[in-house]
Amino acid sequence: MSYVAIADQHAHLHDPQTFLAKYVWSQDHKVIAIQYMVTAVGVGLVALALSVLMRLQLGFPGTFSFITPGNYYQFITMHGMIMVVYLLTALFLGGFGNYLIPLMCGARDMVFPYLNMVSYWVYLLAVLVLLASFFVPGGPTGAGWTLYPPQAILGGTPGANSGITLMLVSLAIFIVAFTMGGLNYVTTVLQARCRGMTLMRMPLSVWGIFMATILGLLAFPALLVSAVMMALDNQLGTSFFMPAVMSLGAQTGHDGGSPLLFQHLFWFFGHPEVYIVALPAFGIVSDLISTHSRRHIFGYRMMVWAIVAIGALSFVVWAHHMYVSGMNPYFGFFFATTTLIIAIPTAIKVYNWVLTLWRGDIHLTIPMLFAIGFVFTFINGGLTGLFLGNVTVDVPLSDTYFVVAHFHMVMGVSPVLVVCGAIYHWYPKITGRMLNETLGRVHFWGTFLGTYAIYLPMHYLGILGVPRRYFAMGDTYFVPDSVHTMNAGITIAAIFVAAMQLIFLFNLAWSLKHGKQAGSNPWRATTLEWQTPDTPPKHGNWGPELPVVYRWAYEYGVPGLKEDYVPQNQPPDGRASTAPAHGTHS
Amino acid sequence: MNLVVASAGVVAGVLVWWLAVRRLTTRPWEAQGTYDGRDTADMMGAAPARIGLWVFLAVATSFFALFITAYSMRMNPHLAQGAALNDWRPVAEPPVLWLNTALLVLASVGMQLARGAIGKGQAARARTRMLAGGVLAVAFLAGQLLAWRQLQAAGYYAAGNPANAFFYVLTGVHGLHLLGGLLVWGRAVTRMSRSVVPVGAARLTIELCTVYWHYLLVVWLVLFGLLLVT
Repeated sequence: MSYVAIADQHAHLHDPQTFLAKYVWSQDHKVIAIQYMVTAVGVGLVALALSVLMRLQLGFPGTFSFITPGNYYQFITMHGMIMVVYLLTALFLGGFGNYLIPLMCGARDMVFPYLNMVSYWVYLLAVLVLLASFFVPGGPTGAGWTLYPPQAILGGTPGANSGITLMLVSLAIFIVAFTMGGLNYVTTVLQARCRGMTLMRMPLSVWGIFMATILGLLAFPALLVSAVMMALDNQLGTSFFMPAVMSLGAQTGHDGGSPLLFQHLFWFFGHPEVYIVALPAFGIVSDLISTHSRRHIFGYRMMVWAIVAIGALSFVVWAHHMYVSGMNPYFGFFFATTTLIIAIPTAIKVYNWVLTLWRGDIHLTIPMLFAIGFVFTFINGGLTGLFLGNVTVDVPLSDTYFVVAHFHMVMGVSPVLVVCGAIYHWYPKITGRMLNETLGRVHFWGTFLGTYAIYLPMHYLGILGVPRRYFAMGDTYFVPDSVHTMNAGITIAAIFVAAMQLIFLFNLAWSLKHGKQAGSNPWRATTLEWQTPDTPPKHGNWGPELPVVYRWAYEYGVPGLKEDYVPQNQPPDGRASTAPAHGTHS
Repeated sequence: MNLVVASAGVVAGVLVWWLAVRRLTTRPWEAQGTYDGRDTADMMGAAPARIGLWVFLAVATSFFALFITAYSMRMNPHLAQGAALNDWRPVAEPPVLWLNTALLVLASVGMQLARGAIGKGQAARARTRMLAGGVLAVAFLAGQLLAWRQLQAAGYYAAGNPANAFFYVLTGVHGLHLLGGLLVWGRAVTRMSRSVVPVGAARLTIELCTVYWHYLLVVWLVLFGLLLVT
């Protein structure tokens, strides 16, 4: 049985002794996960601050003289890119993927621990290169997170001197880091599961992270290809994407390139990217809902199939981002159809979450609050996606605040709610202490209601036709005064939500020392990470013996037992001894 | 993007097939309590490094397929509206490319022979052949650089025409992949000559290098064919 040898390589995992080897140059997946999480959240705070600056300008135009139109575009660009790539992708896959995959699969570590460590340090380099662009002459690029040519590299765009180059270099470095991590996650799931952990017994968190990693491995090359070609257009004067164009009164040397080609490549990455962020969130939220409503997940197989189907379909919907870029109407028809089809597996997942809650023993713990908040928000954002997926509806709504509201609801707020829920859920395992309950409730309600106060009104702005990406509205005739009032209100809500995250950060720091002792399994959960001999788990995770799995991850509320859950690694005879003779369970 | 859709379709098909084979239809809630050895069929039983390499080859395939797609879309403006018509001036491929191709084929053959030798337990012979495979790959890279210089000398600059630019980019990214392979190869060869590496470990290393060499040969043949016919 070769797999035991692979999974149980404890002899080769030399225990690190020095502080540096333990916490800095660590090859332990748990330490690397925390490094990823802290870095991602740190850079995410920069992006949060940028969003507050943008909102200050939009809510109170003309008040803040230090925000120039150029700055504003730089804020937009960096906010979007950081949030999508450097925060959410890195946090879900590098952070939660690293922490949860080996623990949930019953492995001692990732299969390539050294590569895993390098992955983090290369990711950190990508972040540093990106942040360095704030300090170069001309500042970071202001091309928008989509980096569309030709404007991305023309002289009139902020950051055209070196900001755009640093952005492209940073993305390339990030993709290298992600590929190293991704190879690890996929191979670990395939090769290092413990005995009895079949694919169909894996918790949905692992399924979501696994599928998202596959998507990332296949989609990020598209971003790399477009970044390489754009860098060449910029540095060597080639014309892959750059048409003949006048810039600042002078003819550029470019001729004949196709900006649309860039858009195809970019969105061939960009749409799967939405699901790279969403699928881990789907998986994690499934586990949160099941654990905290003490009920097995409804339709486990359907959930797995839906994850796979969404993953496959996500590669054939990219051009719905390009309805107004100019395309053959039949092309648009095709992409509208595939976009609506992808709503089917997604809706199945939503129904299954709700049906899991149905007649569950719902504990409104903080992770559960965030999970339910996610389901609400995701339905909201998903339904507006159906609007925008249709060409005829999309064309008038394109480039308005409706789109901003849609994608922030569906891939901004929703995944962030899951991130928060997941942190409240797994913090006890990572640190051994519970997060403060009261602060958690304040954080949840402030964030949940606050984000609705931000994004719900934006739908109405969009329907009014208020365009996105504008530095200031000025005296535009179709923008009534009420819009300005609403914008001021949205800004106040945004500042409020940002302040709520400071409470969260305080809670994370404070509970590290002063939180209630958690014990090994505070949520009475079935999955393997809660069955470790030590909390937090030690290097090698499992002590001398690897766990053996006898059942799926969702045996909650089993009738006739003393406890209302059965851990995955509890042998059947152990269960038989506590079950009544006739066995009332099905 | 048709090519990309096709390749994505193939990938998705393989994935679904693979998952279906792996009993995506089992009912985990019924199969409680026991594991009867069937689940071991679920594991692939391969060395993690082998799986890791194949996953990486999937990533690299996506990367090259996207470049080729971009190539065809840039060449045929109707595929991506907005490109100017008829600005594509084909490159006259330098004849040295044929020599390079032969070198790369020989490199692959050398690796394959090394694999055969280690399979028979002949470690010394395997090391020599592996050394030859790597040196031939270095010679290929030198030949590619020579081709670049000849093109430069003939006035085919990257900025001059999209066909030139694509020539440099495609050969460049292929060369970089080979360079990455050579790093691994160099590490393996030094370790094999410095100390006695167990035959099992050496066999795996040589096998992985061989697979990677074959893969890059196939990629080069596709790219070279594309450059020749267009």
